[in-house]
Amino acid sequence: MPDTFRYASQFLFFTIVAVFVGYFSNQPVHRHFPEGMAQIKLGFAHGAKRKIDCRKLTAKEIAKLPANQRRPNNCTRGRIPIHVQLILDGKILYDDLLIATGLFQDGRGKVYRKITVPVGPHTITARLRDSKRASGFDYETTRQVVLQPYQNIAIDFRADAGGFLFR
Amino acid sequence: MSIIRLMLGNLFDMIERFLGRFFPSQWNPMLNLGALGFFFYWIITVSGIYVYIFFDTGVNNAYASIEYMTHEQWYLAGIMRSLHRYASDLLIIVMMIHLLREFARDRYRGAHWFSWVTGVPVMVMMFVAGISGYWLVWDKLAQYVAIVSTEWLDLLPIFGEPIARNFLSPDALESRFFTLMIFIHIAIPLIALAILWVHLQRVSKPVINPPRGLAISVFGLLMALSLFYPAYSQPPADLAMVPANVGLDWFYLPLYPLLETLPGSVTWGMGTCFLIILVAMPWLPPLKRAQPAVVDLDNCNGCERCFSDCPYDAIDMVARSDGRAFEREPLVNLNKCVACGLCAGACPTSIPFRKMSKLSPGIDLPDNTIVSLRDQVELVARGLVGPRRIMVFNCGHGPDLSGVSSDNVGVVALVCIGQLPPAFIDYVLSRDLADGVMLTGCLENSCDSRKGIDWTNARLAGQRDPHLRGRVERARVETFWAGSTGKTQFSAALNKFADSLDATALIQKARSEQSKVTSEGKPDA
Repeated sequence: MPDTFRYASQFLFFTIVAVFVGYFSNQPVHRHFPEGMAQIKLGFAHGAKRKIDCRKLTAKEIAKLPANQRRPNNCTRGRIPIHVQLILDGKILYDDLLIATGLFQDGRGKVYRKITVPVGPHTITARLRDSKRASGFDYETTRQVVLQPYQNIAIDFRADAGGFLFR
Repeated sequence: MSIIRLMLGNLFDMIERFLGRFFPSQWNPMLNLGALGFFFYWIITVSGIYVYIFFDTGVNNAYASIEYMTHEQWYLAGIMRSLHRYASDLLIIVMMIHLLREFARDRYRGAHWFSWVTGVPVMVMMFVAGISGYWLVWDKLAQYVAIVSTEWLDLLPIFGEPIARNFLSPDALESRFFTLMIFIHIAIPLIALAILWVHLQRVSKPVINPPRGLAISVFGLLMALSLFYPAYSQPPADLAMVPANVGLDWFYLPLYPLLETLPGSVTWGMGTCFLIILVAMPWLPPLKRAQPAVVDLDNCNGCERCFSDCPYDAIDMVARSDGRAFEREPLVNLNKCVACGLCAGACPTSIPFRKMSKLSPGIDLPDNTIVSLRDQVELVARGLVGPRRIMVFNCGHGPDLSGVSSDNVGVVALVCIGQLPPAFIDYVLSRDLADGVMLTGCLENSCDSRKGIDWTNARLAGQRDPHLRGRVERARVETFWAGSTGKTQFSAALNKFADSLDATALIQKARSEQSKVTSEGKPDA
């Protein structure tokens, strides 16, 4: 094979490799979200009330404890499941009981959900019950929103900040 | 499994042969995959160090700092960024082809298990390093990668709270997360490099630098790509918006669409099974290993040629144990020996001329001894008739030569062409067992035993001991590295060689010399 042809073939080979690498390094575009829709993302971790309330120790009981183990309350492990609801325009989008994490279910209940919704004006209500009450919710927040295409609205929960946070 | 291996092996053979038509054998990219992988690693390291100087790890400034490099300082930092990107892509490509090729060549079982198993974590780490790199740009793609990755990790029941919450909304994100990512992006490749060192421990004289010409060509490719099609960021990440359409790097992220759509149990289950199977492959099923080489100290003077020629570092030279007046003796590591026979081919005592004393090399393969090789040569020679008798020595990984044998062409099978001591060629020609000798096997630079062809070429050229004696007429010896699928090409080369034997009238000359030697006495042993 003549040298010129060999060099030309090598050049062609490297050119093909370059085009292949250049193209597939960012093409074809991956479309993974429906056009003209928006997203609600619900994500938080929260520790519910205990299944059995803590009992306040008496001064005598505290004194009996070793010095490095003295504490005001005696608490059992185990937390109540958290009841969460997400309602869009009166329709329940998400309704679940979040079991506390951990071997003894004494950790925080957690949720992370992405829900695709149509764009436009909506009423979003988020509710949460973390106590032993039989009905109703301990926290409830409602927001009027106008969702734009591809908008992502995040709903967080922080009890110390008053409940649900729409971001 | 063996059918898949065979089909893949033939495919690789064809690709290597095709590239061999316009690349010199030592330049063939398919035959330099490991070395190219190292070359890309160094390019990534150097370009990464430069890019890091200008990179701001803060969440608010990461994107801006990369935009500065790409557009303001395009002539240096921008090119470095592109080199970093494209060399990383090429690293993944050569790494995956390397993995497939070693599988196709059945170089993952038996003594090869160590290199295979240590290669698996390197592969995983290279993907992790690349994916964490995309994260740092903090554009739409980074946002997509961050969210899909963390959501996938959150499926494991080990995190107290979802780590994907870090990307819930713009105000949830902290720069500390980027500090963690840059640590991962730098630490993982360094750990991978350490494992690569382990990966090569059972390979003697590993080739970790590509030939200069190939290196220059590949670097030219990367530079051209960086100049004419530089790597750009996608629009900046915005956690208030869904990154709906992203241009993926399909070399690093081909599975990300699956991570989104398939249930976590399926993706984690498949991923875990894949890795377990990959690690367990050397034993699925285990290779029926030929018996490793055996040392015969009575015939060994500790010359170290076997030690020097072993392609898998399976021979150590240790203190002499038999009391003879030699300093050292070879010790075969049974776990590393692949029974390729290169050591027997290198042994100066593998001389077939010996008839009076027993032919017993200092090191030999119990399943394929040098004695049996001589017997085979003599058997084949007895069947050769005609004006241009050719004896072909074919390696076990060479072309299928069934049908090639004829009245004047005989085939002698070897484990590897490197098993052939050059004295055998002298033996065949000087004893008039054939008129010409042809050596074939794997494609050049693609020897299944790594060094068989290299050592054979060097021995024939007199550059490596034991070398072919000067009295052997070189025109009567031909090599053609055909590869397992190169039967047609080999047949053509064989015919050409036979014609050349006729044309040069060497046969007549040799025969007359031979008759003279026979009348004067037997050739030296």
